[in-house]
Amino acid sequence: MTQPMLEVRDLKMHFPIGGSMLDRLRISGGLRFENPVVHAVNGVSFAIQPGEVMALVGESGCGKSTVAKTIARIYEPTAGEIRIEGQDIATLGFTDLLPIRAKMQMIFQDPYASLNPRQKVRDIVAEPLLEQVKGAERREVPARIAALLAKVGLNAEHAGRYPHQFSGGQRQRIGIARALSVTPGLIIADEPVSALDVSIQAQILNLMMDLRDEFGLAYLFISHDLSVVQHIADRVGVMYLGFMVENAPRDVLFSRPRHPYTRALLSAAPSIKAHRDREEITLTGEVPSALTLPSGCCFRTRCPFAWDRCTAERPKLQDVGEGQTVACHLTDEPERDKP
Amino acid sequence: MTALLKVENLRTWFHTFSGVVKAVNGVSFEIGAGEVMGLVGESGGGKSVVGFSILGLIDSPGQIEGGQILLNGEDLVTAGEPRLRQIRGKEISMVFQDPMTSLNPLHTVGRQMDEVLRLHTKLTAPERLSACVEMLESVGISRAAERLTAYPHQFSGGMRQRVVIAIALLAKPRLIIADEPTTALDVTIQSQILKLMRRQIAEKGASMILITHDLAVVSEMADHITVLYCGKVVETGATRDIIETPSHPYTRGLIDSIPDPEHRAARLRQIPGTVPDIRNLPKGCNFRDRCPRAQAICAVEEPALAPRHASLSSACHFPLQPGELA
Repeated sequence: MTQPMLEVRDLKMHFPIGGSMLDRLRISGGLRFENPVVHAVNGVSFAIQPGEVMALVGESGCGKSTVAKTIARIYEPTAGEIRIEGQDIATLGFTDLLPIRAKMQMIFQDPYASLNPRQKVRDIVAEPLLEQVKGAERREVPARIAALLAKVGLNAEHAGRYPHQFSGGQRQRIGIARALSVTPGLIIADEPVSALDVSIQAQILNLMMDLRDEFGLAYLFISHDLSVVQHIADRVGVMYLGFMVENAPRDVLFSRPRHPYTRALLSAAPSIKAHRDREEITLTGEVPSALTLPSGCCFRTRCPFAWDRCTAERPKLQDVGEGQTVACHLTDEPERDKP
Repeated sequence: MTALLKVENLRTWFHTFSGVVKAVNGVSFEIGAGEVMGLVGESGGGKSVVGFSILGLIDSPGQIEGGQILLNGEDLVTAGEPRLRQIRGKEISMVFQDPMTSLNPLHTVGRQMDEVLRLHTKLTAPERLSACVEMLESVGISRAAERLTAYPHQFSGGMRQRVVIAIALLAKPRLIIADEPTTALDVTIQSQILKLMRRQIAEKGASMILITHDLAVVSEMADHITVLYCGKVVETGATRDIIETPSHPYTRGLIDSIPDPEHRAARLRQIPGTVPDIRNLPKGCNFRDRCPRAQAICAVEEPALAPRHASLSSACHFPLQPGELA
């Protein structure tokens, strides 16, 4: 087996909150409380092969964007390993990360906020590349920028313009060109099409798939839109409250979802089809707070199947064949699979 | 059947420094009692402005330049502010997109609900209270009496949208305008809210205008769909006809842009280009620059809305026949 492009092992990302003025007053008054911690990511493991598209899906607050930002080392992980082509980057410092940035780039959700409004397009796209190349090679940068802009469907004349002169779809193309400038092997795309209109969304998805075919890119694709994920992904990981609850090849996941949350998510997604033969699992209630995780299974508070074992014991991801792994006690006790 | 609401050649323009934005430019449609109509289109299509125009919520530099909005035969365009205040919340109510900003953070949920009844009914205070409790319970909020004293920040997004829907339904309006009611919500919450709205509308016999960019949502909710592009109606008809055999190339393009798991092609069919600048629309058909069927006449003459197959009407010189691809 080839070495994975990205391998994440038991990644944890906790954010301490507090340190507010009130907390300081309490401390100076001799009162000490344990600082509350947001458990954004609680031990997530997965791997992406070169050229593979892995999607992370889940609802807001499930930690999918935090996983993306932690892998990109925008955050410093609380625990766990992040291996890029075998090298663990979880604890690397700023300068040591620089060569890693040439292997891994990020595309952001909001094409309005992710480009510097005071920079011209050519400077935006060149910036990551200028960090990587030195000396004489720098003279080749302008030609390379022009080639990149053409590749993402922009003209050479666009290079001298500012971001506000572009539409949302065009800005997302600029963001993609910037990510491609260092010819990375992995692109982390955090909801890259959610802010775009549906007709523009199709243009950007097509562009991303063309670039994958041309450069052999691997994508970590974060999205809440299941129809987009079903179109673009090779493998899908479903997250809930900072846990990976199911991870499977796309066709397996969409035809045979095993985890009750995945099943609910698939049945809740609206569709333009007149009839659908999916089972309906309607969830009641809402996602619990990430400040105090429920004991046992993270999903038990909303799960229609939950029983006492789910409160006592946290389920681990188990292999159920065909590359599908599920974290649910129903795997051991399938006879309970009726509401 | 007489229409509950009839919008006739509505034109709402915004006079900005950089030119006149004809956000809504000659839109007509009607809704019968108990009907759900979906108003669909991309951003800049003018769908929200239609909703705001009906309620008279257009502020300067915007202005309704012409047309009629007839609610049971009464023209809302010329009705004047005092009459509109009687209508808002009582006859027509609105559910906004963002449940985080459409409630007043300084007042309790109970007070905001009570306001509707205080303004529009002659109920006594205890009667109003019990009506509020009953309505909160019917939108699926437990311990309703207790929750009335809570402030909006004490509710989650999905719960807040339930409160907004409860407020919209309180005075038993005949028409609800829902502007992207579930766009800000997660998919499992979205399906809860959509089910709730469908049930409430059926029970109360109200009509609804559902404004959304999400064709999947609209196809599950609406009886009729009207598609807007650059402030004009490009196609209208029964939901299944629009989704299955659209006659306008733009509608076809919108539907094809949604990834279809059953016909999984390597590439999505995309609409090329972007929406033109609405201050500077091309002559002829607004969609011609992005249309695969455009010919010389499309640059000269603007197509008029005309009946097509099944229940459809569309504004196109070269409409699609059933089974024909764009």
